[in-house]
Amino acid sequence: MSDRIRGPRIGRSEAAQGYLLVATPLAYALLLLAVPLGAIVLFSFWSQDYLTIDTTLTLKNYREALSDPLYRQLLLRSLMISAAVTAATVLTAFPIAYYVSFYVPPERKAMWIFLITIPFWTSYLIRVFLWKVILGYNGVFNTTLLGLGIIDEPLTFILYNANAVVITLAHAYAPFAILPIFVALEKIDRSLHEASRDLGEGYLSTFWRVTLPLAMPGVVAAVLIVFIPTIGDYVTPMLVGGPDGRMIANMIQTQFLRLNNAPMGAALAVLTMAMVSAVALVFVFLNRRFLRGRQ
Amino acid sequence: MKRPLRVYAILYLAFLYAPIALLPVFAFNDGTVIAFPLRGFTWGWFEQLTEIPALHAAVLNSLKIAVSTAILATCLGVLAARAATRFAFPGKKGVMGLIMLPLVLPEIIVAVSLLVVLLQLGLSLGAWTVILGHVLIATPFSIAILNSAFQGLDLSLEEAAVDLGETRLSSFRLVTLPLVMPGIISSLLIAFTISLDEFIIAFFLTGTEPTLPVYLWGQLRFPQRLPVIMALGTLLVLASVLLLAIAEYARRRGAARTGQKDAGGFL
Amino acid sequence: MKDTRATARPIITLEAVEKYYGDYHALRGISAEIRQGEFFSLLGPSGCGKTTLLRTIAGFEDLSAGRLFIDGQDMAGVPANKRPTNMVFQSYAIFPHLSVAENVGFGLRRTRLSKTDKAARVEAALAMVGLSGYGGRAAHALSGGQRQRVALARALILEPTVLLLDEPLSALDKKMRDQMQGELRRLQRQVGITFILVTHDQEEALIMSDRIAVMFEGQIAQLDTPQMLYRRPVSRKVGEFIGVMNFLPARATVADETHIEVEAAGLGRAVIGPDQLPGGWHPGQTQSVGIRPETMSILYPGETTDRRVATGVVEDLSYYGDMTYYEVRLDGVERPMTISMKNLVGRPVLERGTEARVAWDARSLVLFA
Ligand SMILES: Nc1ncnc2c1ncn2[C@@H]1O[C@H](COP(=O)(O)OP(=O)(O)OP(=O)(O)O)[C@@H](O)[C@H]1O
Ligand SMILES: [Mg+2]
Repeated sequence: MSDRIRGPRIGRSEAAQGYLLVATPLAYALLLLAVPLGAIVLFSFWSQDYLTIDTTLTLKNYREALSDPLYRQLLLRSLMISAAVTAATVLTAFPIAYYVSFYVPPERKAMWIFLITIPFWTSYLIRVFLWKVILGYNGVFNTTLLGLGIIDEPLTFILYNANAVVITLAHAYAPFAILPIFVALEKIDRSLHEASRDLGEGYLSTFWRVTLPLAMPGVVAAVLIVFIPTIGDYVTPMLVGGPDGRMIANMIQTQFLRLNNAPMGAALAVLTMAMVSAVALVFVFLNRRFLRGRQ
Repeated sequence: MKRPLRVYAILYLAFLYAPIALLPVFAFNDGTVIAFPLRGFTWGWFEQLTEIPALHAAVLNSLKIAVSTAILATCLGVLAARAATRFAFPGKKGVMGLIMLPLVLPEIIVAVSLLVVLLQLGLSLGAWTVILGHVLIATPFSIAILNSAFQGLDLSLEEAAVDLGETRLSSFRLVTLPLVMPGIISSLLIAFTISLDEFIIAFFLTGTEPTLPVYLWGQLRFPQRLPVIMALGTLLVLASVLLLAIAEYARRRGAARTGQKDAGGFL
Repeated sequence: MKDTRATARPIITLEAVEKYYGDYHALRGISAEIRQGEFFSLLGPSGCGKTTLLRTIAGFEDLSAGRLFIDGQDMAGVPANKRPTNMVFQSYAIFPHLSVAENVGFGLRRTRLSKTDKAARVEAALAMVGLSGYGGRAAHALSGGQRQRVALARALILEPTVLLLDEPLSALDKKMRDQMQGELRRLQRQVGITFILVTHDQEEALIMSDRIAVMFEGQIAQLDTPQMLYRRPVSRKVGEFIGVMNFLPARATVADETHIEVEAAGLGRAVIGPDQLPGGWHPGQTQSVGIRPETMSILYPGETTDRRVATGVVEDLSYYGDMTYYEVRLDGVERPMTISMKNLVGRPVLERGTEARVAWDARSLVLFA
């Protein structure tokens, strides 16, 4: 093409303009996220000898992390607590999302969503601390129940253990679970329900055969968005977990800031990430299977 | 089905608000123990707030960090959101995925990995390192908000401005910017709120000057300080709600001004 | 006002214009001249490249190859904001944060007019589209028709050499569309600016245009006046796209210099003129003839004619009130053909199965390869 003309300046190539714009945020993410994540993986293969760091690559940290029952138990417990939180949060969130999406008049939906999100934006630290106040031996819950004569002595199984962690985290991540499910439900064409009813399905079977499958992407998003951050939560297990409610983040922090064993902390962080990714992948895979199975 | 669901929804909201509702109750309670029964009304704990210099320093430090974070995260957010909504380029999914990753990464991981690099480079920790970390986790939220602001925009609006003689830059300023302004304001406020509230990253990356949450964390160990913390918490919650209300108002006004249907909600 | 169309000076010249989107070949060798002051339409099915061509002229898409001149000037390297064209967008692209007056006056920002001059220009432009006094309205509170007028006023206020309109009427309801068709035409005559209209509605193109380019798959299939397009389509595809056309298998031979002999299935033998072979190929290549429904009529019992007559059976009919469309199968032809008849007094609608004599005219045959 000899007489190919150069484009007018206004139309610099799409891709070039896109890259130009995204360059800064991308550079930021590369420098402050990708590089540090790479560094921590590298770090996990080093080892700490009192005050000096030995930079020869070794699997020592991983061996220790996976053989020492302390670490193993912590990792496992984090996984279990996270799973429990996720199940509790998503199961309790679904009816709310369903209610707001299907029964709240359209002009009031934004208000409800706003109400649901407000607590999330208030100081996390203080919210968690307040649960300690509520669930404590002399806490609001116990004193109220005692005052009402429902119990004779304070309940102790609700603070400084895994239960407390689950309750507190389920509270903290509620909006994270409600919003994606709500969005998925909102997208469902309302006439699909009428069609299903018209074809003879009852209320429950319509829910089971139409609503739930269509809401599944939202549920999956909710599961992931709750599960992933909770597994690495530090504040809640520290404040309300007691010795039996400690999670992996507490140990990572201890390794880094108390024991001065950063390579061990790094190895635990990498293991946490690996665990998170594995669970996320399994879940995404199951969801794909589920969706394909329905087609 | 409607009635039981409604009852459930109201109970659930009560569960959501229960802890926050307790804040003012104990902030005004004239007793040092955080438990029922209440002892009487007092302003005393709020008065004490004014007398703690370390708290004031922490608040100032946090404000400084939050404002910087809000501005930086929103700038990065505008760039990324515009790139994502306006242009097609190879590898877009991967690039956006990396930028949005902090949204689903446990914060402790972000914190320790940044710490490792900063210490390895021999850099000293301070407000600026906290800002670096906060921008990283606030940017995905900014992008999410700004994405929806940019998405609602008819591409031919900017072309119309160019067609009428404006340059690419001036049409962005005259047309796009005013239309996404509510999104920008929301993004600033949300990023500000996130940074103000963030604990873990600040805990790891702060130097000798604690941020407000880090200061609070230190105080939680002293039972006699708790009523004061309740007072402080009350103020913080009020501030958050106020900021959110402003953000929501800006969003709605923006939507009303341009005649869009109210799509509702953040995120 | 002088009739600018008579001067027929080319205002836009397209020379072998090509456009690729990646591998997709959107414009394939477009060459055309658009004349000063004419109402020009780009007509074609969805996805044929009309919008792409319009946007190339406006400067929003660069050419992959070929050249584009506006008013004699090569547009290579001239960005959209420097071109003497203005556009009415399909979505209208009314700035929702500005008032009607601010929208209309948007393009005046870079001119050196005083504030009062600008206001006067805006008011004049609004008056031109029948929106006097609407300047203070919020743009997003307008109806579809009003938005369309604002978009028009906004594009015309800069007095462009060429006004580009991308399906400006497709978002309006039928009634509004009919009204705006007339108004657009009147406005174009009034301002004397060249209009290029993109539409996929053949009726709209026929009603409004001085000339029409029919496009298929990135190419101009035919560029002609509405009458010529309708009466002498160059290909079966064009004939089918514009209005309804019946096709019959046919053969043709050259009789002498000014006559062609055709033998069409169901109609028989006829002699026609060379202008009835619009493609310009050799008559020997003829595969079929086309004939429009309204050029034929069904004879009622006892009715006589000096036109040619063929015989067949009414297979089906559609009653439209003023018209009836009959599907008639001519003897010896496989597929029925459509014949339209005005419903006049004393001419009852025929029943299915009626034996019909069909009158036709050799002058309305068109040959196709
Ligand atoms: N930016 C683009 N990138 C890739 N392909 C494009 C782009 N713009 C248009 N196309 C393709 O080019 C072809 C012509 O598009 P164009 O918009 O010109 O069609 P059109 O004739 O205006 O159709 P319609 O009547 O639907 O508006 C289409 O197949 C379209 O998919
Ligand atoms: Mg088009």
